[in-house]
Amino acid sequence: MSEQTMNPSGHLHTVAQDWADEKQAFHVPWGKLMMWIFLISDTFIFSCFLIGYMNVRMSATEPWPYASEVFALTLFGNNIPLILIAIMTFILITSSGTMALAVRYAHFRDRKKIALFMFITAAFGASFVGMQAFEWTKLISEGVRPWANPFGAPQFGSIFFMVTGFHGLHVSIGVIYLSIVASKVLKGDYDKKNNYDIVEITGLYWHFVDLVWVFIFAFFYLW
Amino acid sequence: MAYIPIADQPSELHDPHSFITKYVWSQDHKVIAIQYACTAIFVGLIALVLSGMMRLQLGYPDTFSFIDPSNYYQFVTMHGMIMVIYLLTALFLGGFGNYLIPLQIGARDMVFPYLNMLSYWFYLLSVLILLASFFVVGGPTGAGWTLYPPQAILRGTPGADMGIVLMLVSLAVFIVAFTMGGLNYVTTVLQARTHGMTLMRMPLSVWGIFVATILGLFAFPALFVSAVMMAFDKLIGTSFFMPAIQSLGQDLGYAGGSPILFQHLFWFFGHPEVYIVALPAFGLVSDVLSTHARKNIFGYRMMVWAIVIIGALSFIVWAHHMYVSGMNPYFGFFFAFTTLIIAVPTAIKVYNWVLTLWQGNIRLTVPMLFAMGFIFTFIHGGLTGIFLGNVTVDLPLSDTYFVVAHFHMVMGVSPIMVLFAAIYHWFPKISGKMFNVTLGKIHFWATFLGTYAIYLPMHYLGFLGVPRRYYALGNTDFIPDSAMALNANITQAAIFVGIMQLVFIINIIWSLKSGPKAESNPWDATSLEWQTPDTPPVHGNWGPKLPVVYRWAYEYAVPGVKDDFVPQSVPPEEVEMEEGAGKYVDRSEEHH
Ligand code: HEM
Ligand SMILES: [Cu+2]
Repeated sequence: MSEQTMNPSGHLHTVAQDWADEKQAFHVPWGKLMMWIFLISDTFIFSCFLIGYMNVRMSATEPWPYASEVFALTLFGNNIPLILIAIMTFILITSSGTMALAVRYAHFRDRKKIALFMFITAAFGASFVGMQAFEWTKLISEGVRPWANPFGAPQFGSIFFMVTGFHGLHVSIGVIYLSIVASKVLKGDYDKKNNYDIVEITGLYWHFVDLVWVFIFAFFYLW
Repeated sequence: MAYIPIADQPSELHDPHSFITKYVWSQDHKVIAIQYACTAIFVGLIALVLSGMMRLQLGYPDTFSFIDPSNYYQFVTMHGMIMVIYLLTALFLGGFGNYLIPLQIGARDMVFPYLNMLSYWFYLLSVLILLASFFVVGGPTGAGWTLYPPQAILRGTPGADMGIVLMLVSLAVFIVAFTMGGLNYVTTVLQARTHGMTLMRMPLSVWGIFVATILGLFAFPALFVSAVMMAFDKLIGTSFFMPAIQSLGQDLGYAGGSPILFQHLFWFFGHPEVYIVALPAFGLVSDVLSTHARKNIFGYRMMVWAIVIIGALSFIVWAHHMYVSGMNPYFGFFFAFTTLIIAVPTAIKVYNWVLTLWQGNIRLTVPMLFAMGFIFTFIHGGLTGIFLGNVTVDLPLSDTYFVVAHFHMVMGVSPIMVLFAAIYHWFPKISGKMFNVTLGKIHFWATFLGTYAIYLPMHYLGFLGVPRRYYALGNTDFIPDSAMALNANITQAAIFVGIMQLVFIINIIWSLKSGPKAESNPWDATSLEWQTPDTPPVHGNWGPKLPVVYRWAYEYAVPGVKDDFVPQSVPPEEVEMEEGAGKYVDRSEEHH
């Protein structure tokens, strides 16, 4: 391959040209780029959900319930607002940390540690989903339904169950995905080609799910 | 160690072994492309038959007892939805995207063939779900292709029980299918180009498909979300889109929802969707025009940037579909402004197509006829779009036949012209056979003149105020008898055009069976897909070595060169020159 074919213009190189002259626009594995693009597309889905939420909240004819009241938990006789959700958020953010560790060990090809931290991440994820199920059960027992809400606008129930449900689905899929990859790591499946990109790709997905949660948390629990 | 792009690393292509893995569960992009195309054309024919039934009713009201008002709405809805989504989107991206991307950028396949295969099967599933709605109680939905709530899910609209649910589910499945394919197309274009194939050397077909796919990945989410929310409104009684409604004195139990929210979500998808269909058409037609005019495409870089800019702008014009829904006048101003801005890059493209033809050595082949037909129909539909983009002009014309005429010209007929151009253009490569030229020309003239006979009079009906989506006009004072006569004529033309599509089908089937064998590069084209070692290309496309690219795809009628074209993959020193013509100078670099 002569230099000339690779580098077709002898003119001043703009950034865009540098980028366009390569056969690959980004120096990353295919799978990773694809995950990035998927996540951008998924961002649009969540954005539409959140815009729908804002719109519904403004158009609702009955008052919107106070987050600090609906999301309170009575512990040892004290009514503590947002306690459950604080724990859930903490757990999910911690799980991003353990995921980052797994990615770090992937660089060292340390199979046991990669799998360990991925399983820990999955366990955090599973406990998040579990607590979310608990929160749903509590709200349902208090009479909140997708179509009804004793505390005010019925749209609160609709949008809450829909958006947290959609996010919970993402977390659940992530837990399964993490577990599968972790057990394959343990078996040494990725040693065959010495290619551990998949750990990083899984990590991207997981961090994204956490990031989305931060927005959902802010919009549903703090607004 | 130097970084080795993955495309260069020896990878194991999964060679198919049995008939099943070769033609059914195939992971080869070319087979998947053909599967997509056949399925899309099949449902497209159903949509065509539906339009024929509508036209029968409109042209000869009170004649056909098997079309009642409910049926009419169901036909309108299914016709519109199938044409836009299941035919055009699927055929341009799933069909031509799959076929052309790897071949035109010099790759062996899509980057994730397995996902690509799943994409087709999910698409097929979505089609089956959609067609199933013809057989459920109440039939398919008659809500109009825009599916506006509240009426879409209320009793009184045909198909409000199962029909609408199946429609929403089918759309959701389609979006999943599109996403799996789309991720592949984008990643393949970005990461798997062969040596020397820079982004700015890609044929415009690839550019159009690439940008359209990105639009799809960003626009379909809005449709997905609105489908989910509407399904909840319908199935479990939420009120996202439903205000309080009384029906026959009964409270329906909805309250506080916003129908306008649906319209915003729908059109945030719906307008880019127009360009998801149009941009691939722009790309494909550019290549066809340039090849058959034996001239380089005029202003290649401008063409690329126009595609990108049109794509970006298409996300901020959506509310021009909602002028009559009511909105803050400043918003109306904003959306009218952005809409008219899009006309600028679009007009640039049209000028460049015309300038490409200018003084070209035009070969009036069948694909070229369709491509030139596209220029006519597109200019035509584009001009009426400028009318409708202005709020004050749109208000009286909205929901009349003027709108029907406009969108059929711009996003019905024009993309279909390009599809035919593209099918005839690439058919020799895809099948290894040549089609029958006479039948092709008959097909062109019938379709081109026939569609004008259908849609030109509709503009006039629109000015008279004839409303769209009406089963029958009855005795309406402002609609003269002559308009009814015109309606009958339109119907005759529509039936004629519909039947003439059989010529196309027959031509394809006959040519596949007994057409003459095609040469590997019958149009003397420059892009890579015409330089494959086998025709049709085999699994892996290129034999042992990937092609190397030395220039852009538009090196036609080069002064001094023996043939009047230089393929992208011929090294400069191997280009044969005429006697005394001196050394070959690569023109593509001058276009930087
Ligand atoms: C010979 C070809 C065609 C004929 C005769 C035809 C005819 C019609 C008719 C009669 C209507 C209903 C008008 C009304 O009552 O409001 C309609 C609607 C529509 N058509 Fe076509 N059409 C054809 C091709 C296409 C194509 C290729 C497209 C692709 C974009 C398309 C897209 C639509 C859409 C989106 C609607 C609106 C549906 C609705 O109002 O919900 N049509 N067409
Ligand atoms: Cu639009």
